[in-house]
Amino acid sequence: MNMNTEAVTTSNSANLKSAAGEYLTFVLGTEQYGLEILKVQEIRGYDSVTQIANTPDFIKGVVNLRGKIVPIVDLRIKFNLGKVEYDEFTVVIILNLSGRIVGIVVDGVSDVMALKEEQLREVPSLVTSIDTKYIVGLATVEEHMLILVDIERLMSSQEMELIDSAIH
Amino acid sequence: MTVDMSQFYEVFFDEAEELLAEAERLLLGIDIDQPDTEDLNAIFRAAHSIKGGAATFGFMDMAEITHVLENLLDKIRKNEMKLTSEHVDAFLAAKDVLKMELDGHRHASDVDQDQVGDVKMVLKSLSEASADAVAPAATPKAEPVKAEAAPTPEPVSAPVAAAPTAPANVPANVPDGHVIFHVALPVISEKDLTNIKDELALLGEVSSAEQADKRHVLTLVTDSSQDDIISICSFILDPNDLVITLGEVAKAAPAKVETTPTSEPVAATAAPEALASSASASAEEPVADGKVKVQEEVGWGLFTEEGQEKQEEGYGFFAPFKPHPDAVETQLIGDDTVVTPENSGATPVVEQAPEASAAAAAPVEKRTQARRESDKAPANAETTSIRVGIEKVDQLINLVGELVITQAMIEQRVNSLDPVTNEALINSVGQLTRNTRDLQESVMSIRMMPMDFVFSRFPRMVRDLAGKLNKKVEFVTIGATTELDKGLIERIVDPLTHLVRNSVDHGIETPEKRKAAGKSEVGVLTLSAAHKGGSIVIEVTDDGAGLNREKILAKARSNGLVVSENMSDGEVFSLIFAPGFSTAEVVTDVSGRGVGMDVVKRNITAMGGVVEIRSALGYGTTISIALPLTLAILDGMSVSLGHSVYVVPLNLIVETLQPKAEDIKTVTGEGYMVHVRGEYLPIIALHRLFNHHTEITDPTQGVLVLIEADGKKSALFVDRLVGQQQVVIKSLETNFKKVPGVSGATIMGDGSVALILDVPAIIQMGQTTNYITGAATFAHPSAPAISNTANA
Repeated sequence: MNMNTEAVTTSNSANLKSAAGEYLTFVLGTEQYGLEILKVQEIRGYDSVTQIANTPDFIKGVVNLRGKIVPIVDLRIKFNLGKVEYDEFTVVIILNLSGRIVGIVVDGVSDVMALKEEQLREVPSLVTSIDTKYIVGLATVEEHMLILVDIERLMSSQEMELIDSAIH
Repeated sequence: MTVDMSQFYEVFFDEAEELLAEAERLLLGIDIDQPDTEDLNAIFRAAHSIKGGAATFGFMDMAEITHVLENLLDKIRKNEMKLTSEHVDAFLAAKDVLKMELDGHRHASDVDQDQVGDVKMVLKSLSEASADAVAPAATPKAEPVKAEAAPTPEPVSAPVAAAPTAPANVPANVPDGHVIFHVALPVISEKDLTNIKDELALLGEVSSAEQADKRHVLTLVTDSSQDDIISICSFILDPNDLVITLGEVAKAAPAKVETTPTSEPVAATAAPEALASSASASAEEPVADGKVKVQEEVGWGLFTEEGQEKQEEGYGFFAPFKPHPDAVETQLIGDDTVVTPENSGATPVVEQAPEASAAAAAPVEKRTQARRESDKAPANAETTSIRVGIEKVDQLINLVGELVITQAMIEQRVNSLDPVTNEALINSVGQLTRNTRDLQESVMSIRMMPMDFVFSRFPRMVRDLAGKLNKKVEFVTIGATTELDKGLIERIVDPLTHLVRNSVDHGIETPEKRKAAGKSEVGVLTLSAAHKGGSIVIEVTDDGAGLNREKILAKARSNGLVVSENMSDGEVFSLIFAPGFSTAEVVTDVSGRGVGMDVVKRNITAMGGVVEIRSALGYGTTISIALPLTLAILDGMSVSLGHSVYVVPLNLIVETLQPKAEDIKTVTGEGYMVHVRGEYLPIIALHRLFNHHTEITDPTQGVLVLIEADGKKSALFVDRLVGQQQVVIKSLETNFKKVPGVSGATIMGDGSVALILDVPAIIQMGQTTNYITGAATFAHPSAPAISNTANA
């Protein structure tokens, strides 16, 4: 692991400090993403889903996860990344977000890594399909940039349409 | 290290409440002359457990009371002291105080400290007194109300046993701010008396007692003033004939034992006459007997007794219901066999007045007693129960649901194997199937509660209503032990209340009408529950006037409903469920406004139930409600649409059909309808509504499922029917959100998820949006498929 030895910039917010920890990294298209490992319940293959009427196309539908009805979101469709194919390599990360269980479809899962505070960088203001408020920070690992997502905030955001808007 | 005790409070509260209820039940059933040692021990244990718990959690006030109570109980159960009715009264009062304190801790409600002190004092004095000193010790309790009754209605004019017998049903339970009034009436007719009572009932609780000189004394507990009473009575009689006396205000709310020291002087002054008279009343048997008869005929007549008896049957067993003071009083004494000379000698003076009334109630009471005996077994069994949180039970039910699905999957796989080579495996799986079914049944039964929880609240209501409407009604319940899911039990109360009200108000006629029709004056209202197949059937039956088919049809026409003479009786009667429908000639405050029946129907349908009416003019009406046994399981029809399977609740399906091309009609070439037996029903194409790809877009190629909800019918167009099955309902909202048109999901035998359709919502959507099979679909049957995104 290529440690980033650059001096910690003073602009590092408390936000970044608290972001240090272990991350599960996954691939969407050509980009590497990371999400907090403690939010992950399990990782499984893609199984047939039951479509739900009149929902956006990134909500694939619901599956039976040992008796629980769990919605599946395809982040590749949501963020327009990668080729949307479903084969035996397609992976679903099952997240447990404060008791709510949601599955996300990604291109692949790569690693679990511990990130220290000094490895993290702030996100510059950008126009992307992910609002930068859902990105905790960026990290550089082996010459790759890792985008750390606040998955709980993202999944409970209105634009994911996973939660009744009345709850907000 | 400190442990946070508060997490255990809830357990203690629940437990204490249960113990108190149990103690009360035992106390009410105790035979004072020959107390059952087992019962005494059980009461002692209850007090002891509460004391232990209260002390552990630092509720010292409760611990103190239970401590005194325990001391006294201990003496009695060790035969150091003879059990008397004062003891029982004191124990009951203590129970009430404990309940009050418990609520105080639990809900931060008010605790009347005076009452607490009083009860503690009585208990102490009782336990300090020796066996023969018991009676004097209890004297302060000499019912202030009774003492008060003495000077009330010109006792001179009533020489026989002077008989200001404290009004039979002295309301022992006087809420704060309420006052007891004794209203002595001149001699009036039965009808006037009932009217006055009804009027006064608007102010508060009324009870009446007839005196030897045919006069009546009404006892009213109210927060209104004396002037209010006079102004009400003046409608019926001359206010100058009224003698209104202010009764002693019971100081504390639920006390059945009056220990307030203030009552002592009153008791003392009024006592000589009152006590002497009541003593003589019981000592001289003939006189007492005479009075017994008089009392029996008092005011409400047969009906009251009947109602009260039933009411007592219900109370006393179930903790949630606070016993009605009257019920407790009579029941307690009713148990005390009949008043015999020895008996009245043994318990001097104090309890005579109520005892006389007990004797009056005795014949009726006896029957109650017998019935109560048979009920005892299940009540005792309850004490061996364990306390489990409802979420644990639900989890268990869910897990078993999974097990059943898994088992079905295994069964499916095994069925495809060669039966000869795999015989042993197939047999084992068969065994597994049976065991799983049994397990499922047992687990489901955990959530079940007896219907008695619902039924027990009706006797009182029927009694009050009947009194209000001047009708005589006998209330009968059948199958109160039938079990129903807890969730359903809670939701059935309102609809049932409505139906029972309706039956009393509209169903059962007035005694005069009944007599004229050659029926018994007393109408019979029956509430029954029974299992039938996979559902529970609850019926409200009255032997009243029955529904008038012609009247309903006429009313329906004037309301603008589409009716024909050819409709079956069932269809005609179902019209009364239409909103705003009432054939009652007079709108009363009880019912008749036509709101309600539609709500009843809607509530029951929402529970997955079906309502049906059977009626014969002149003979009565039965309203029958069929409910599923549990909310967790639904009888469904699976239908397919493209590659997906949806489940339609079976109870909302009227019929299914494959339409002929000529039955499909359009309006302006767009709105598609199907012509079924004279009706034009809108076609809702599910694939349009759900934006779902399917090959079948022509209704004649698919299947129309006629669905009905909230009185509206539609034809749901799907590909084909898959089959009928029971499904376990799962919420979509646990991890996702509410989806329009979908009420939930379920897991099919192959492990896949199927959505359950929300039929009322779909009908609504079909009406408000342009999802109805559009012209385009029909114009181009081979229209390009709506992109069926990669979806295995």
